[in-house]
Order: sequence, then C-alpha cells, then structure tokens
Amino acid sequence: MHRTRLFDHVILLFGVFIMVGPLLVALMTSSHEAADIHRNGLSLLPGGHFVDTYETVLTKEGGFTGRITGLRMMMNSLILGIGFAAGKIILSMLAAYALVYFRFRFATITFWMIFTTLLLPLEVRILPSYEVMNTLNLTNTYTGLIVPLLASATGTFYFRQFFKSIPDELLEAARIDGAGPFRFFIDVIVPLSKTMMAAIFIIMFVYGWNQYLWPTLMTTDESFFTLVRGIKQILLVWVGSNIPDYNQAFALAILAMLPPVMIVMIFQRWFIKGLTESDK
Amino acid sequence: MAAINITNVSKIYAGGVEAVKSVSIDIADGEFIVLVGPSGCGKSTLLRMVAGLEAISKGTVEIGDRVINDVEPAERDIAMVFQNYALYPHMTVYNNLAYGLKNRGTPKAEIDARVAEAARMLEIEQYLTRKPRALSGGQRQRVAMGRAIVRKPAAFLFDEPLSNLDAKLRVTMRGEIKQLQKRLGTTSLYVTHDQLEAMTLADRLVVLNGGQIEQIGRPLDVYHKPASTFVASFIGSPAMNLLRATRDGTRLHFGSQVLETGRLTALPTELTVGFRAEDLRVARTSEQSLAMKVDYVEELGAQRLVHGSVDGKTLTAALSPEIELADTIALTIAPLRLHFFDTTTGKRLTQALDGLGGRREVASALETAVG
Repeated sequence: MHRTRLFDHVILLFGVFIMVGPLLVALMTSSHEAADIHRNGLSLLPGGHFVDTYETVLTKEGGFTGRITGLRMMMNSLILGIGFAAGKIILSMLAAYALVYFRFRFATITFWMIFTTLLLPLEVRILPSYEVMNTLNLTNTYTGLIVPLLASATGTFYFRQFFKSIPDELLEAARIDGAGPFRFFIDVIVPLSKTMMAAIFIIMFVYGWNQYLWPTLMTTDESFFTLVRGIKQILLVWVGSNIPDYNQAFALAILAMLPPVMIVMIFQRWFIKGLTESDK
Repeated sequence: MAAINITNVSKIYAGGVEAVKSVSIDIADGEFIVLVGPSGCGKSTLLRMVAGLEAISKGTVEIGDRVINDVEPAERDIAMVFQNYALYPHMTVYNNLAYGLKNRGTPKAEIDARVAEAARMLEIEQYLTRKPRALSGGQRQRVAMGRAIVRKPAAFLFDEPLSNLDAKLRVTMRGEIKQLQKRLGTTSLYVTHDQLEAMTLADRLVVLNGGQIEQIGRPLDVYHKPASTFVASFIGSPAMNLLRATRDGTRLHFGSQVLETGRLTALPTELTVGFRAEDLRVARTSEQSLAMKVDYVEELGAQRLVHGSVDGKTLTAALSPEIELADTIALTIAPLRLHFFDTTTGKRLTQALDGLGGRREVASALETAVG
C-alpha cells in the first residue's frame, strides 16, 4: 500500500487550485457592483451585493422585450437538457436494441453509417436541419429545439456495445420463459442498462445544457432563451455609456454551472456502483 | 410429460457447413437421454434445435404427438438449464423462478405455490429474496433448475449444466439431478462432453461424432460393446487401448509380439484390437503374454495406471497397487475381453463368441437381409 506523502497533497492541491480558482473569482466578483468591476477588475473578496445581484438575475425581467427572467432561462435550459438526455437515451436504446437483437439485412452497414456520423459535428448539418424545422413551422418551440438533435450516434454506439456484452443465454432463457421482444426489452434489457443509462444521461444532459449555436438559431422568441444565451445577451449592451452588468453575467455563469454539477453528483454514486458490480 | 421423436434431423449453416447430419433418436416418456461427444460434434446444436433456439434445417422433431419444428420455444412445453445458468441478474431468486409463469398469465396464488414447492425440493427456500450474484455457483445452478421445474414442462433440456462447477460439487449435483429426474419422471435430454457424467446419468446415451450418431445404448452396453473405435476411445476412462494387429489363424500379432486367443473365426487378417485397461492382468510365467515397457505410473489409490508401450505402441493398464513393477511387465488378457474393429472403417467386427450382443447383431443383420 502506498503511503500518502506531502508531495501527493501538493499535486492534489495544485489541481484543486486550477479547477476551483476561476470559479471562486467568478463567485466573488459577482457579488460586486458592475461599476466596481469596471473600475477595479476581478476581485477575490466578497463585495456585499451577493443577495441582490442573484435576486436581480433570477427575477428581473430583461432582454429586449423585457419579459425574460433568469428563472425562465434556467427552466428552458433544464427542459432542453433533460429533454435531450431522455430523448437520446430512449432513441439510441431502441436503435441499439434493433441492431443487436434483430437479424435484418444491412444491420452492420446501418450501424457503421450511424457510427460514421459520430465524426460529423452538429455544425455540418445545422443549416439543413434549420431549414427542415423552419418548413415544419417548428422554430420557437421546444419540439424544434430538442427533436432534430435526438439521433445520437454516440448513444447508439455505447448501448450497442453494452447489449453485445449481455450473454446470449439470457435472451434464450427469456424466449423459453415466453417473453417476446417487447417484454424482454422492458423486463431484462432496461433494468440491466440502468448504469449505462445514468452514464449517458450525464453526458447528454451536459451536452444539451451547454448547447449554444442551435438554440441561437432556432429561437428568436426571448421566452425560449437558455441560460447560456442569456449570459451572452447581458454582455451585448455595450452601447454608449452603458456598462455591461458584469456582476450579473458572472452570477448567471455560476447559476448555469450548478445543475450540471448536481446531475453529476446525483448520478455519480449510481454510476460507480454500477461499474463495480460486474456480473450481468 | 411426453416422448420426444427426433427424425432425420439435420442442421446446415449458411455456407453449407453441416453440423448435424440426419440424426434420429426416439426418446421414451420419462427417459433420461444423454448426448455425449467431443466439442464440435453437434450435440449442443441438436439440443438447441429441440429447444427452438436454432432452426431445424431438415427433418422433424416431435414432442408428444406434436411436430414442433415451427413452434416458438415458449410454446414447446420444454424448460432449459444453461451452462452459465442464465439467471436474470436484476431479479430476485423468487422472480427468476416466477418469470416464466408470470408471462403465461398463471394466477398469483399458483405461482406462489409452485415456486415454494420447487424451492423446497431444491432447498433454496432461504435464498428466495436474494439476487443471483449473492449466491454461490452451486446455489445458482439450483435456481436454474428451479426455473425449469416450476414450469412443469414435458421435457427438461440440459446444456452442460455442471461444467461451471468445481469437481466435488459436480459429483453432488450429478446425483441430485439424477434423483430429481427420477422423482419428477420428466423426459430429459442432457448434453455433456464428460463421459463420466454421461455414464452415470443416462438411461441411454447417444454418442455423437462429427454430427452423426456413433452409437445409442444403455451406458453399460455402450461400455462393453462399443460400436466403433471412436466410441471405444471416448467412453470409459482411461480410454480403451486400440492396437493394430494381424491375424494368423487364432493368433494375433502385435508387431513382433504374439497373443494366442483360441477363438478367432471369420475375422479379417488386418484388424484393430481393443481392450480396456482394467481387463489387462499380469501374466503368470507359464502363460503367453505381451511384454510392456513401462514409461510412467499414475497412482489413483485403489488402482494404479501403468502407461507404457508394446512394440512401440502406447498402452495403459490398470493394475492393483500391490503388484510389483519392473521396467518391463508381462501382461495378458482373457480372449473374451477383446474387442475387434475394422481397421479402415473403425466399425465393430462381429464375433460369434460375443454372447448376447453378438446374437443381437446377427439378428439385426438377418432383419436387414430379410427386409
């Protein structure tokens, strides 16, 4: 057994400093007034305007139309993140189930076609996707925000690999036990995939939460704005003698970080528990 | 409970590989049949065709009076025990047992009763609320058997169910499977590559080789009258000694050594002679014998396996541990204990002195001649 020495702690502390330092600066700076920040730059000490900054950010109706609050943006981001993660899991599980358990022609080809799209970033197909949604009159809707991004090569790939590791005898036993394809999926595959689902959920939630380009393109109605867009919006007011509300931008950034952190923390225990229980 | 009739069943895989070649077996109601053979002989494929997990390329399988070639596995009224148990890992033992019944819409009260009965029979009552991963290998195997029992099927199919257990547990479970099958009286088809398991469990065993049946028969019949050199070397441990010999009247020449048998008639002059290790005994000085050069000895306690060679061909003799061993020992064998095989086809050659088996072979030969 290796004994921890001082040096090990130094390395860890260094890591913590790199990771947490910027967050601390953002948190502290957000508790100053905008003018203060403009004059003195970033700050490492609390400034005394903590509560009112966050209250303003969460409840003040802003934006061009003056109808969008931080709370609303947070809601939108959550809908997007959860809709994304849940939708992707359902869709990619079904796709992987079909690929692994049903013998149909061109299954391998189909899989590799899906897999190749892994290499293409969203930006490649963003304009055609927008055109489709626009024609369907789905801009400025949650459906339009979520549905076009649901097909997930990553998710399909992970679930396929996972399903392949489930012993065939389990399927055979289920067939003899009278479970049809649907039953087998619900009664055996889904419960066994719990940990995999948790892992994919974390990845996809954060991915959806951090989406910037797609929501920017799809939504012109401010009531659909997400947190990530909101931050950008605050810094856009640099006209005339206006000072951007740095404090509010920092506060939003901090708020935008909380849900992903929470998701990771909630699912992590499950995730690790699943990884250590090896038998399927 | 039902008879199973397998008629001219073949399995041809895409690409033309024929894994099972026109196999026919008639299994009586309540019979315990063991399919045995080396890996790749098609025994598992045959079992899986009966189970409905593989499509039947040619021929028919009947369970009861029903041809089940195109019937779903669940509708075939069979239950299967797998080598790796295939328990549902996320379900408790109770749910593992109950799952098949639930899918059939069996009433809750009956499920409870049947699971309780099976659990009592297999002594797994105290584990009903546990998950399979909290059980030992032997307990998992019992649960897998419980899952088969609760269904009260017409037939049990076992696919090497004991291979994942340690040697001692395997012997115990072997006994339990045998007793359980006798008690329930359910027709069983059991696949194994272990000839000892096959010998001890089977009412009749089916020796398969290269997708074809080499021999069907009761364990002792197969042991004493192997139909071919393959069966002779596969069934029984240590394997039967097989030596090429030339016949000269009633004498057999093994290279430079000669054995007088006094009973050889109507056999070809070139043949393969087989004899069991335990049928060899040390020759008295007055007797004619084979001189075996001893290579090494395996001590089994009750017996001693002496490996050596006669005229350059390897041979194994099972001798009593009291016998003193020299570098070369003189061995002899009762002529009645000799088996004769055709050197080219490997088939057993009939001998007038073969006794019951011989008479039966003559009778069947007559039958074919008449038919």
